[in-house]
Amino acid sequence: MTVIQKKADNPIAHLSAEDIEIIGKELDAIRDRVIADRGERDARYIRKVIKTQRTLEISSRAVLLFSLFPPAWIVGTAGLTVAKILDNMEIGHNVLHGQWDWMRDPKIHSTTWDWDHVSPADQWKQSHNELHHRYTNVVGKDNDLGYGIMRVDEDQPWHPMHLGQPVWNLLNAAFFEYGIAAYDMELGDHLKQKRLKDPKFRAKAKAVGRKIRKQVLKDYVVHPLLSGPSFLSTLAATFTANLIRNVWSHSVIMCGHFPSGVETFEKTSIEGETRGEWYLRQMLGSANISGPRLLHIMTGNLSFQIEHHLFPDLPSNRYQEIAPQVRALFDRYGLRYTTGPLPKQVASAWWKVIRLSLPNRRDRRQPVAPGPLVPSGAA
Amino acid sequence: MTTTAPRRSQKVSFRDRLLRLAGTVTTPLLPGDYLDLVAPLRAGAPLRGRIVAVRPETRDAATLVIQPGRGWQGHLPGQYVRLGVDVDGVRQWRAYSLTSPPGAADGRIAVTVKAIPDGKVSNHLVRRIRPGTIVQLDQAQGEFVLPTATPERVLFLTAGSGITPVMGMLRAGLTERADVVLVHSAPTRDDVIFGAELRALAERGAVRLVERHTDTSGLLDVTELDELVPDHAQRHTWACGPLGLLDAAEAHWAARGAVDLLHTERFRPTVITPGDGGTVTFTGAGVTVEADGATTLLDAGENAGVLMPSGCRMGICYGCVVPLRQGAVRDLRNGDVTTAVPGDGVRIQTCISAAAGTCDIEL
Repeated sequence: MTVIQKKADNPIAHLSAEDIEIIGKELDAIRDRVIADRGERDARYIRKVIKTQRTLEISSRAVLLFSLFPPAWIVGTAGLTVAKILDNMEIGHNVLHGQWDWMRDPKIHSTTWDWDHVSPADQWKQSHNELHHRYTNVVGKDNDLGYGIMRVDEDQPWHPMHLGQPVWNLLNAAFFEYGIAAYDMELGDHLKQKRLKDPKFRAKAKAVGRKIRKQVLKDYVVHPLLSGPSFLSTLAATFTANLIRNVWSHSVIMCGHFPSGVETFEKTSIEGETRGEWYLRQMLGSANISGPRLLHIMTGNLSFQIEHHLFPDLPSNRYQEIAPQVRALFDRYGLRYTTGPLPKQVASAWWKVIRLSLPNRRDRRQPVAPGPLVPSGAA
Repeated sequence: MTTTAPRRSQKVSFRDRLLRLAGTVTTPLLPGDYLDLVAPLRAGAPLRGRIVAVRPETRDAATLVIQPGRGWQGHLPGQYVRLGVDVDGVRQWRAYSLTSPPGAADGRIAVTVKAIPDGKVSNHLVRRIRPGTIVQLDQAQGEFVLPTATPERVLFLTAGSGITPVMGMLRAGLTERADVVLVHSAPTRDDVIFGAELRALAERGAVRLVERHTDTSGLLDVTELDELVPDHAQRHTWACGPLGLLDAAEAHWAARGAVDLLHTERFRPTVITPGDGGTVTFTGAGVTVEADGATTLLDAGENAGVLMPSGCRMGICYGCVVPLRQGAVRDLRNGDVTTAVPGDGVRIQTCISAAAGTCDIEL
């Protein structure tokens, strides 16, 4: 992709400033309708997910105490993996977004929640909720575009380091939670600028260290020790669960903003941005994943990335419900609602990582597909 | 007490150590988060209760029998308990008088709730809540109690649900040997909460009961007490009911120089009517500012030099969430008003909220 402003066939050229504000009003109305209707059913949903996650986690860990026995290893590892995914995606990510703050339950609140992740909740909230969600897909502002280690847009300058990015991406997938923690504490910037002694950075690093220590102690020391003779097999099980959870969340998150069809934006384009324009940027800067209900839950409903980016604080169980209304709005205004099945979206995102590891070729900048709304970088 | 104190602290520290050990497996959750799944009423858990029965009392009042958690420390007759209940998914806190005598063998307590028109919580408790529901509790509180030595002559002056704390006292048997008069107002005979029980008490001479049915006889004028209970100004009096009754009683007792003998319990002391803008106090910083209805609390605080947490400044990141101790705020995006009284545990996003009346922000 190329920032939308530089495209020969700008997919929003047909919209007037007035259209954009009307789109904003319509989206506000969708949000207000959900809020007016939000209630007991939603509360029951999140409590059920939390209860399921906790029951699954504790019973899987109990089964793993006997992980020397292969069926126990398989069942326990599978259960723990799912529990860890639920903890991070449908519960952690969404609670930390404030999606459930309205319940006024101090136990399920963005200011009190912690997750099974090495990035401390407050650091993640700042880099994710505040920066990524505010500056979504603005090149040079939204560091989620390649996490500072990869080039995922033609308009990001190429550097020989990017030749290795398919490998970086693979490593990032395997150890994603560590990548996120490093990213949230801005480790890269501090390393580059030799500012490792900055007290703010040190406080953040200390908090990350504490979380890593706790997780390592739990997953790789205490739980294996409790397993007695099954020490090594439990260790392998918890490592596997963390690995699969990492690869899964990495894949889901890549699908949110990297697949073809997603637009990026110039830094200057958001100066004085109106609410309607902010909405429009979210609409074009995100991509969904299609699939069955179970997939949506396992992705934390980030398979409705478009709806999530429009309304980051609406309860996640509502995204699927409002998706048809949102999609109808896209259709009415001739905008492209990017969506596709998981394998296709993952492949598309990976292809971009591989392709952009090489410098831009001039002929790539030419439109390759017909139709006024297909962005030039879509191939 | 002093002899048991060291033993208790030892016990707690052993339990603490055990919990800390368990915490290494449950992190980032606490062992309690798992225990809550199976034993929400256990010792050491945040205080909760389970509704075990809902008994209708009148057409618009019901008694909730509650099994409190192990941490319940008991109550004195006349005290109230704050109850946190989820209505439409939102936790709401209200205070209700305890109507059960203390020290029941099964450890259960009871509150009696009257549904008020449009009362979100009271209607839920009277009409919708089902046995088995878990509610949040606070320890019993309140000064509306009898002294250790019950006075010889007592007057209870109550109206509507104001009978509830008095019922707690009567059931506890504290007034068995006293000369007790109860003057109670309700719209009709059938609307008298605990009507049958009160009449039975009157029949066996435990109290002299004066029932006032206001639909037919009109509201009680406190000067009528001169006739109804001629010695009322010499009686230790406990009054509970609507504000109008209490205000009139206070004036009446003051005029007779007997205000020391009058004890009142005011239900619903704070009624918040949202307006436009208001006085905002940042309680931690000790800063008070006047904010208009179009200025966000974040801007108002920052302009006054308060160190405000902030983030996206557009309502999406929840980086500015702080507790609203009390008051009313308006969401500038859609006009929704949020109100809070102390203890509600309401938190708000300051970047999209403006004052809709006086508010105290805990910052």
